[in-house]
Amino acid sequence: MGKTISEKIFSKQSGKDVKAGDLVIATISAMMGQDGTSPLAIKVFEELGGERVINNEKVLLVLDHSAPPPNEGVANLHKLMRDFAYKHNLNLSEIGEGVCHQVFMERGFATPGSLIIGADSHTCTYGALNCFSTGVGSSELAAAMYTGKLWFKVPESVKIILNGKLKKGVTAKDVILYLVGYFKVDGLTYKAVEFDGEVIRDLSIDGRATITNMVVEMGAKAGIMPFDEKTMYFFKEIGLDIREGISADPDATYLETYTFDLSNLEPQIALPHQVDNVLPISKVDKIKIHEAYIGTCTNGRLEDLRLSANLLKGKKIAKGVKFIVAPASKRIYLQALKEGLIETFINAGAVVVNPGCGPCVGTHQGVPADNENVISTANRNFKGRMGNNKAFIYLASPLTVTASAIKGEITNPLEVLD
Amino acid sequence: MKFEGKAHKFGDDINTDYIISGKYKFKSLDFNEMAKHLLEDIYPNFYEKITPGDIIVAGKNFGCGSSREQAPLVIKYAGISAVLAKSFARIFFRNAINVGLPVIECDTDQIDDGDVLSIDLINGEIYNKSKNSIIKIYSKLPNIMIDILQAGGLVEYLKKEKDFKLK
Repeated sequence: MGKTISEKIFSKQSGKDVKAGDLVIATISAMMGQDGTSPLAIKVFEELGGERVINNEKVLLVLDHSAPPPNEGVANLHKLMRDFAYKHNLNLSEIGEGVCHQVFMERGFATPGSLIIGADSHTCTYGALNCFSTGVGSSELAAAMYTGKLWFKVPESVKIILNGKLKKGVTAKDVILYLVGYFKVDGLTYKAVEFDGEVIRDLSIDGRATITNMVVEMGAKAGIMPFDEKTMYFFKEIGLDIREGISADPDATYLETYTFDLSNLEPQIALPHQVDNVLPISKVDKIKIHEAYIGTCTNGRLEDLRLSANLLKGKKIAKGVKFIVAPASKRIYLQALKEGLIETFINAGAVVVNPGCGPCVGTHQGVPADNENVISTANRNFKGRMGNNKAFIYLASPLTVTASAIKGEITNPLEVLD
Repeated sequence: MKFEGKAHKFGDDINTDYIISGKYKFKSLDFNEMAKHLLEDIYPNFYEKITPGDIIVAGKNFGCGSSREQAPLVIKYAGISAVLAKSFARIFFRNAINVGLPVIECDTDQIDDGDVLSIDLINGEIYNKSKNSIIKIYSKLPNIMIDILQAGGLVEYLKKEKDFKLK
């Protein structure tokens, strides 16, 4: 019997020949915690009586969700994390270094064929690098630091094949918003998604990560992309020589295979307050915008900043619009500075904030006012998500967010693109 | 593990941001304090309406969204004894078991707000006392989850077993 990528990874990590549906105890290849989840994991680790962290060199703790700390409570939680990381010799990503998922990938913790857990639901992002990565809670992060392992049910896999060529103005974000709208928020609960097709092969690693990032918005446990020359090049850029990935056997069993032709896809928008409340932009009214946000673990990468800045060049943000830009990592920030992107943002009237998650999770740096409409490149638009439950969040691509900020209302990027 | 309580009924897709808003989880590790904000964005003052032992009953996809374990923890600290839903999001479901909060997938259409429910977790039975009817349970927990719940959560389970064990 052929195996899916997930079955291969769980067989390797559990030392047994397993198939979908089996319960396994698997060794974790690498793990991550951020400042919203690590303090509780540290508390649990101490309750367990943990004396040392197993595989400490494979643990990354990231200060990103509320960083730099906006108040003394967060400052104390950050201190708790620093003290724990120093004591156990763990890898630490300091305030300003970036959003956990971007930092984890840049630092080479996610490698093809590995099994990764992270105490953050968007840990599924690393599937863009051909590994199985999934979100867990704080107790399970603590348990993995304590035992090096975790129990899993090997998920059934579905295959999503995306064919065609994306039109001008249509990006990876539009692809995943379309899929979330199609499958709905619980359509793929507990499934592993294997992606393939011309659209995926054409996308950069940045674009692929935008898609895997949001598979959890359909309930999926993981989203996995094929390994190719682009993956190899990504690793080369960060100093790793990785030439092989993992692929499914030709006779692997999938619960379902879905094939889409995306040649005619339009830019997509998720309307408040549900991520799966998705419409093509031609069906959305010209809604007035008060805040626009480029950033997050979904779309704060270099490609996203380039798309946005190129559209903005020589233009101004509409009066009354707050435009916030948060590069996803220090590395991205520095490269954006070199390329002049940051200057473009500032000249157009944007506020560039440090790499981090603040605006997306509503801790600081961009909380909307009552009744304001926000258009954002983030992955969630739940009521209250950005810190004010009287605001309305629309999700779209960096191009659509930027075009909307220029016009002051929801706008198809084709109306602004030259 | 048997318990009885009054149902508080919610709809579909109750996400973790609604259960406990992201802005509170960064304040501290004081769950008694955080519990006061349980579900406040969609049901103001819900916390004050809870009698210890009460049960949250919902539609499909309960707990979608964030991995924050604060979500099942604040439900537990608010005095809720179990959550019943037609289906749960994956991370929340695991987190709930790990903090010792029973979660059961069942036919919640047969439960109305205010109904008194009696639950026998080990034998997998839910009885609606107000309607004198048996509630259909959709799927049984795997043994390892029952072991974790019976131990009182993941910490107690690992203290006892020292490692994960599939029996």
